[in-house]
Amino acid sequence: MAKTIWTLVEIEYGRPARSSLEVLSKAATLGRAEAIVLGAQAAEVAPMLREYGAAKVYVHADPAYDTYLTLPAVDTLSELLKTHQPDLLLFPTTYDARDIAARLNARHNLGLITDATDLQYEGDELRVTVPWGGENVVTATHPHGGPGIVLARPKAFSVEKVEGGNAEIETLNIALNGASQSIKILDRVEVASEGPALEEASIVVSGGRGLGKAENYKLVEELAAALGGAPGATRAIVDAGWLPYSYQVGQTGKTVKPTLYIACGISGAIQHLAGMKGSKYIVAINKDEHAPIFASADLGVVGDVLTILPQLTAEVKKRKAQ
Amino acid sequence: MKMYVCVKQIPDPNTVVSKLDPNTKRLVRSGVTLVLDPGDECTISAAIKLRDTLGDSELTAVCMGPAGAQEALRRALAMGVDRAILVTDPALAGSDALGTARVLAAVLKKEGADLIFCSTESTDGYTGMVPGAIAEFLGIAQLSFAREITVEGQKATIHRVTQAGYQIVEANLPAVVTIASGSFEAIYPTMKGIMSAKKKPFEQLSLADLGIEASQVGEAGARERVLAIGQAEARAAGQIIKDEGDAAQKIADFLQRYALL
Repeated sequence: MAKTIWTLVEIEYGRPARSSLEVLSKAATLGRAEAIVLGAQAAEVAPMLREYGAAKVYVHADPAYDTYLTLPAVDTLSELLKTHQPDLLLFPTTYDARDIAARLNARHNLGLITDATDLQYEGDELRVTVPWGGENVVTATHPHGGPGIVLARPKAFSVEKVEGGNAEIETLNIALNGASQSIKILDRVEVASEGPALEEASIVVSGGRGLGKAENYKLVEELAAALGGAPGATRAIVDAGWLPYSYQVGQTGKTVKPTLYIACGISGAIQHLAGMKGSKYIVAINKDEHAPIFASADLGVVGDVLTILPQLTAEVKKRKAQ
Repeated sequence: MKMYVCVKQIPDPNTVVSKLDPNTKRLVRSGVTLVLDPGDECTISAAIKLRDTLGDSELTAVCMGPAGAQEALRRALAMGVDRAILVTDPALAGSDALGTARVLAAVLKKEGADLIFCSTESTDGYTGMVPGAIAEFLGIAQLSFAREITVEGQKATIHRVTQAGYQIVEANLPAVVTIASGSFEAIYPTMKGIMSAKKKPFEQLSLADLGIEASQVGEAGARERVLAIGQAEARAAGQIIKDEGDAAQKIADFLQRYALL
């Protein structure tokens, strides 16, 4: 029997979010993909999902989903689960979807596997691949029958367009409970940054503790600017307060898959590797020759990052000018 | 106000490459240095700061773990937390995020918590699924990924991290607040703090104290099963060079070779 897989599709600037399309594309390869789109723009977004393999789209175009976090979506998914029996709920690992998944899991005792990089069915059994601790890969499942939740790591799956998709669109007729409108978004603030966005940049230059102190992070920014890339950071220096959270690359933080990743003074903690291992080329500079980052590097340089970075920035500028 | 912070003891992420035991399929905790999760240190600091701003409030750290996890709570007390509760029980081994949340929620309900702090996720498991489940079990709001928090009367307002910046989000108390790592500077325990920690109230609870059935937690209650543990595929070994004054040249050569410049 074909499996029915639900995905929750988030909306960004009037379009389905890329991370949602990644999981929808994957769901379409596993069985019957059904998407759930919630929010004021849901009706406009729903038809767009045909192109990405959705066989059915549930739509509820209520602006309450945009104003109130988590609970309206959890209530709606709960309602749907009363009358439908999907085999799996496959969500992207985003801020909103993580909050929704955590509550939905608790409400229905579903079972929840996070940070999946792959999944497949072997017969009836779901097999979810979860990298763990750098050295291990875990294969996990929901053993209890009934739908479980899987959160997929960003960029684990590519967005695939399909020809001639023809999803049935069902408009939900659900009255949202007033009590669910309790976590209110008062305002949204976008913080503009110079250069390309970290997640989209084809070159990322990141810094870690090896930079010694916060003031030295400018060396990373200068190299990133010279290369036309984006600067990033490890959790360690974000935790230390050198930089805001938006710079963080890692399992927590952003997953990047640039063509080139330059790790400066980064030892290579598992948490960091998880966020950048998919980079095509990795260059690492670190004074400790035993740093784990070197095991992942295409080019590893054992040396002082504070000496090498300004030299490299100058060299890049010189060669680019030629 | 009755404030709480949920904390976890984990293998030291700065010195231990954490491993899974292929037999038990659990995290290897023996023979490794265990510490209070560094992410929790930021969260505790955020909670202490708010407690001191609000005044007339008490901050309690709650931890589920083996008896040895009391060390993590001692550190929380030394940082400035007022009292500590450890839930420890043999039946808890192998608990998933939901089992953990069930236990912590039972403690918080019994205590009548007004405001509950958690880290966005732990630094060993990273699921981030415990705080939202606690909020669900208690039937209260969760304010997640906070990098700033203010409380006025019965209302909490946070700056919630998003991909593009942040949202300003509010909810009525009681509520669970999760703190984004890096948003608050960790407070280091002073000698005075360490000495006074020994005299602070420390309570230990078992499952029976909380009225939770053993079948709902631990491995018995887990809704996920590990089928296999394999080795991660290693990336093909690259070239390692020592800087002899020409590293910048060599890196630039590498970038040019692969058309990255």
